[in-house]
Amino acid sequence: MAVDIKMTPPSAGEDKAWMTIDGRQVPVEGERNILEVARKAGIDIPNFCYHSELSVYGACRLCLVEVEGRGVVASCSTAPEAGMVVHTNTQRIRRLRRLTLELILADHDRECTTCVKSGACRLQELANRFGLDRVRFGERDGREPVDTSSPSLVRDPNKCILCGDCVRMCSEVQGIGAIEFAYRGSETAVVPAFDKGLGDVDCVNCGQCVQVCPTGALTVRSETERVWEAIHDPDTTVVVQMAPAVRVALGEAFGLDPGTQAAGKVVAALKSLGVDRVFDTTFAADLTAWEETHEFLRRRKEGGPLPLFTSCCPAWVRYCEQYHADLLKNLSTCRSPQQMMGSVLKRYWAPRQGLEPDRVFVVSLMPCTAKKFEAARPEFVREGCPDVDCVITTGEAAAMIREAGIDLESIPEEPFDNPLGMGSGAAVIFGTTGGVAEAVVRTVAGIVHGQDAPRVDFTPVRGHRGLKEATVDLSGGDGKGESGDRVRVAVVHGLARAGELVRAVKEGRVDYDLVEVMACPGGCVGGGGQPVGPGETRAARSRGLYRIDRRSQLHRPQDNPHIARLYREWLGEVGSHMAHEALHTRYHPHRRIEGVRATASTPAAAGAAAAGAEGDAFAAAKVPGEPLEVSVCVGTGCYLRGSHHVLRVFNRLLDERGLRDRVNLSATFCLEKCDRGVSVKVGDRLITGVGPDTAAEVFEREVSGRAAGPVETPGRRQG
Amino acid sequence: MVPAFEGRRFEKLNDIIERNGRTPSSLIPILQEVQEEYRYLPEEVLTYVATALGLPPSAVFGVATFYAQFSTEPKGRFVIKVCDGTACHVRGADTVHFAVRRAAGLEPGRKTTDDLTFTVEQVNCVGACSMAPVVTVNDRRVYGDMTQKEAAALVERLRKEAEEEPVPTEGAGDGVGTAGERAADGAGGAAG
Repeated sequence: MAVDIKMTPPSAGEDKAWMTIDGRQVPVEGERNILEVARKAGIDIPNFCYHSELSVYGACRLCLVEVEGRGVVASCSTAPEAGMVVHTNTQRIRRLRRLTLELILADHDRECTTCVKSGACRLQELANRFGLDRVRFGERDGREPVDTSSPSLVRDPNKCILCGDCVRMCSEVQGIGAIEFAYRGSETAVVPAFDKGLGDVDCVNCGQCVQVCPTGALTVRSETERVWEAIHDPDTTVVVQMAPAVRVALGEAFGLDPGTQAAGKVVAALKSLGVDRVFDTTFAADLTAWEETHEFLRRRKEGGPLPLFTSCCPAWVRYCEQYHADLLKNLSTCRSPQQMMGSVLKRYWAPRQGLEPDRVFVVSLMPCTAKKFEAARPEFVREGCPDVDCVITTGEAAAMIREAGIDLESIPEEPFDNPLGMGSGAAVIFGTTGGVAEAVVRTVAGIVHGQDAPRVDFTPVRGHRGLKEATVDLSGGDGKGESGDRVRVAVVHGLARAGELVRAVKEGRVDYDLVEVMACPGGCVGGGGQPVGPGETRAARSRGLYRIDRRSQLHRPQDNPHIARLYREWLGEVGSHMAHEALHTRYHPHRRIEGVRATASTPAAAGAAAAGAEGDAFAAAKVPGEPLEVSVCVGTGCYLRGSHHVLRVFNRLLDERGLRDRVNLSATFCLEKCDRGVSVKVGDRLITGVGPDTAAEVFEREVSGRAAGPVETPGRRQG
Repeated sequence: MVPAFEGRRFEKLNDIIERNGRTPSSLIPILQEVQEEYRYLPEEVLTYVATALGLPPSAVFGVATFYAQFSTEPKGRFVIKVCDGTACHVRGADTVHFAVRRAAGLEPGRKTTDDLTFTVEQVNCVGACSMAPVVTVNDRRVYGDMTQKEAAALVERLRKEAEEEPVPTEGAGDGVGTAGERAADGAGGAAG
């Protein structure tokens, strides 16, 4: 092979290391691997499994390059060295790449025309780029079932190429690990725990896996058909609410730059699809900021519980319900803007328009996949009628606009409908990390200083750094005033980082008053339902939101005249019964894995594991004479509080009291009272707050007496 | 079959975890001991191990399904291992394997019979190459120089053994204690 030998010697006196890539001198400036150095030199080495935000995995073998003196290496996992001579396009490399692609395709569902990812699929793109014109191998024999158990995501194992991007995203960035490699060799697959559906495990529906999946193996669960149906039903009024982060991203699907404000165009496009009204979720974000600020001030006055964690992000809420039940009391009770808007639309707006709430079809246009899950939560369904009927993501909306043949770039802008189509700048920045915290700070400033409140640009919480901390002085000073006036704010994005912060708070290593958490990197602008783009895209979208904020005439939520009107006409005061009923909610501890298969001969344990509410498993008639069922919860929350010690004490006491034959003692999975200490179920009674130290006392009180006396126990299928 | 989470049994599970240490690096030794206790790795036990070690259940499931030594399905009363090491392989282990499977009445793709009497596995070298091809039952009884005919006869003998001495549906014969000890006299097994 021809090696370019006109080496330009690095200029004297410079101690930078240089390497040669395809005959060009390239400086090595701290890059982790050859791939990144090449990227800097303008050479895009193909790959599936390399993401700068994730660990290096080296699985796809597409980034192979030749290094002189070393042969073929994977450029993603080879560190650059001074003097290294790299070739990225030799005949051998080209042959290897094509063979690798061909082998990947041999194990891939090749029904491209009917794949939702078609046109945006990395595998399709690379096969095309490397001129693959045939696959010598036949289609696979069998097809795996498609997993549609999740309300937000669809998992099609037939399209998985085992690059592991989703696995690393879920565990490294989100700290969850809902999916993982399982099985071995040709059977290897990426699956949720126990090969269950995504909807039955600890997935929080954030959709970041969809953002990194190069193929159609993980996609957003599309609900566009339901929207079309509603649009085409003449008896239904279709109302769309659009979230802040959508307006700076949807245009990307039509060639606009990330961060371009496209709200007016999207409103126009939706109207031309046949949507009756388009409102702005920023209205509800103002409402959220207003209610949440008052909640925060009340908590400060009443002594807690603090820190107050924001609750706008449904993935974060789900994460807390599964992992940090003891923290649920710190979560703001405010519904998210999406759900506040749903509530306002169904209960306030519809009646005033003379419309029946169930004839109004509320569609949320969101950057988020978890919002689909949130809208379906039972808390937000009243008398069978959900506050939000359907959630579509930015990507789904773009697909609808494209299907209708609308040219977004040339369509004239239209304004949102009023009165629910207006929000302050503070509401617009809800769509980016730091935005909710800044909105609360602005609202507080407005309350403290009234009409004279200055403009607040709370820059310390802006930007995409992992953890942002700031202190605000409520007295208007510089943050160094009386401690009573100071508010310590923390902002995190990404659930792995949020998890670290929560641990630090629990261990008392940090002390905050207000913590904003958004599950997705960058906040909602980086949501799982957004168009896929490189990391810089998210920052550009955030800048877009701050641009809109700067131009906005309404700076803080209380500047929004329609908010005041809403309280006047409907809600009454902040904290009124109506406000509480329509705008607030509660959270519930939730088990991580659904329906852990209980052993066949323990119906009680099986029932307890499968039951939704306490007591369900024990609805069966009580049969005297049978042993008392006693189960100790060993789910995550209870385990961490020492439930296995409780069980040990019970076991010892059973033997000491000679009750072994009278009691069926077992461990069980999550009874979903994780916020109250170790849970123990005795017959049909649920006892919470048991600890290793009180176990003996509880045993004597609750078990000894009942087991020794006439036994009452739930009916059982077998002995 | 004693339920996986029955109190005393669960305490054994806890002992296993405590003895090996509650760290992710103890996962494989813990799973090995747990499998000895339960004869397979039940879902709730894996979830509990994951909780105790601070690992996602999916990761524990991944390890449990990666290694051939682990089983996430209940195993039969007689675990018949047909050696397919090099020596056995060249002396016809495949046909022996086929004969055992056919005699046990296993459908393609299945390893364990519906009545939980037999589990048939093909394994790598058991270290008895001089008697190849070799079959073991419950890791205790070793049969050498196997033929198709002898393999079928062995399965029939075991079946008869199971019929003459049915394992109680609940209680003793569920593999509490090591599988090997119980299997030695044919009383072990998770049938029931």
